[in-house]
Amino acid sequence: MARNIVEFRNLKTYFYTEEGVVKAVNDVSFSIREGETVCVVGESGCGKSVTALSLMRLIQSPPGKIVGGEIIFDGRDILKLSDAEMRRIRGNEIGMIFQEPMTSLNPVLTIGDQLMEPLMLHKHMTKKEAWNKAIELIKQVGIPRAEQIMTSYPHELSGGMRQRIMIAMAISCDPKLLIADEPTTALDVTIQAQILDLLRRLKEEKKMALMLITHDLGIVAEMADYVVVMYAGKVIEEAPVRELFKNPKHPYTRGLLKAKPVIGRRQERLYTIPGQVPNPIDLGDFCYFSDRCEYTMDVCRKKMPPFVADENGHKVACWLYEGEWKK
Amino acid sequence: MSEPLIEVKNLKKYFPIRGGVLQRTIGYVKAVDGVSFTINKGETLSLVGESGCGKSTVGRTIIRLYDKTDGDVLFKGIPIHSLKKSELRKLRPKMQMVFQDPFSSLNPRLRIGDAVGEALLDHGLVSKNELRDRVIEALEMCGLASYHIDRYPHEFSGGQRQRIGIARALILDPEFIVLDEPVSSLDVSIQAQIINLLMDLQQQKGLTYLFISHDLSVVEHISTRVAVMYLGNIVEMASRDELFDHPLHPYTQALLSAVPIPDPDLKRERIILEGDIPSPANPPKGCKFHTRCPFAKDICKEQVPEFRDVGGGHYVACHLV
Repeated sequence: MARNIVEFRNLKTYFYTEEGVVKAVNDVSFSIREGETVCVVGESGCGKSVTALSLMRLIQSPPGKIVGGEIIFDGRDILKLSDAEMRRIRGNEIGMIFQEPMTSLNPVLTIGDQLMEPLMLHKHMTKKEAWNKAIELIKQVGIPRAEQIMTSYPHELSGGMRQRIMIAMAISCDPKLLIADEPTTALDVTIQAQILDLLRRLKEEKKMALMLITHDLGIVAEMADYVVVMYAGKVIEEAPVRELFKNPKHPYTRGLLKAKPVIGRRQERLYTIPGQVPNPIDLGDFCYFSDRCEYTMDVCRKKMPPFVADENGHKVACWLYEGEWKK
Repeated sequence: MSEPLIEVKNLKKYFPIRGGVLQRTIGYVKAVDGVSFTINKGETLSLVGESGCGKSTVGRTIIRLYDKTDGDVLFKGIPIHSLKKSELRKLRPKMQMVFQDPFSSLNPRLRIGDAVGEALLDHGLVSKNELRDRVIEALEMCGLASYHIDRYPHEFSGGQRQRIGIARALILDPEFIVLDEPVSSLDVSIQAQIINLLMDLQQQKGLTYLFISHDLSVVEHISTRVAVMYLGNIVEMASRDELFDHPLHPYTQALLSAVPIPDPDLKRERIILEGDIPSPANPPKGCKFHTRCPFAKDICKEQVPEFRDVGGGHYVACHLV
């Protein structure tokens, strides 16, 4: 069994707003093994992006603060590193790509400059070496006319090309882990298919682990080895991908799978999860899904369910699978 | 077969590109380059395609939010692009639109009641005394509560705002609604709620929809018929079942195969299209899809394929079919 490259241990990232404390990441623990693709899935505001940003130590403070827990990356607790040590990890050992490829590239620098910067900084390459490596990277992500692209500016490229450049930049220093935060959400489906294909290929070639954040269960099924489902700042279910889709346990996960229309599976009426995600401020100490759940019992409104694994390593936080309430 | 409510005949919409010191027109973006279709009463026609294919422009030109460049649009037989402003205004309540982004389509300083009711008042369709009741009725029909009437947009979630957008269109008692990506910015659990609401309303009120979307799984669920657009043209159009069961155009096939399906055991032949969509300012000659088509032949580079009925109302524009 491969060893863990990242371990989140009881991570708590809170945002202190005027209205109150938002527990964006509320006691989250899971791990990613070497070379594995872990999909973190959930709806807006569930804390999936904040989890990734905490790992990169990119939480803006104030208003945000990592108030507790540990993030062990490759044997070190990320949260205890100095800023200088963290800079050596960020972009070097951990690469990251974001949803919006336009806003994450610098509009006044050429693609070449932006690709060469991390190589010269982290890998101490000369300008010449960095230039050659950059050209190699552009070819690797499947863009023709690499020399011409090197001197282009971001606005001259299409959305799909920009996302490829972002990927080239993220993998330039051969990271052990690549974080991709909704990498295809802003792209059209035919371009999305290209990018997912590219990510899968690069992951194999470079033997990287991939932490893929998405709201799209279709992408999860296609990419993931292991799935983590989040709701209102908490991990509510995690399992290997086949197990999760074959045997979803948490009513929220089941609801999500049923609510999504799927090509080729026509139905009269879509299943809906009633209500909406709870206000994240001052949540009580009980199951956050209880007011939307069709199986709610008294205990759900009183106590937080524990996060427990079954014999297959399938973990779920739901009273339906616990002790006297078990069905 | 029911009667057509909307007939679109060879509709074109070009946007000028201006350049140079004098800002002269130096070219055109051919956003919609000759599309024809009809929408029957009570049905949902979906327009699907990727960004820049012209689907939203079609939607807006049909209800004359844009003036056409060429062609014709008939609403119950009335050519709406030939109407005078005052005549068009009378017809406006019958043709409504719901937009994608429920955040930017509501005025942040306007209470929900005023936002939903203003058009009714403006068209003189209601007296001041009745207004509040009508607004509450529309809100409740869309799954909102009467106490929401005095609140401001920022107090609502994305899904609720989309309900407000629908209430605003619905209160005018329209016959035809253009839905421009109405669920694209919503989370899955909320998306399902809004889709069900739209389908319920259609049944209750006999509404006719033009549903514009890039999401094929939603389109398959909601449509009666589907038209696929690429670079300003419709490349394939058929009934929902026919299009999803027997897609004929290589572009439709590629689109369908590109959609990720939530089943990890499913093994599919995926057609991955190379390259990006060409610019609509300078589209390829012949079949516009030939630059990305895995099956392109010489004829595709030269001749524009005819958009023809291949049987049973299944239309396709491809030399190879």
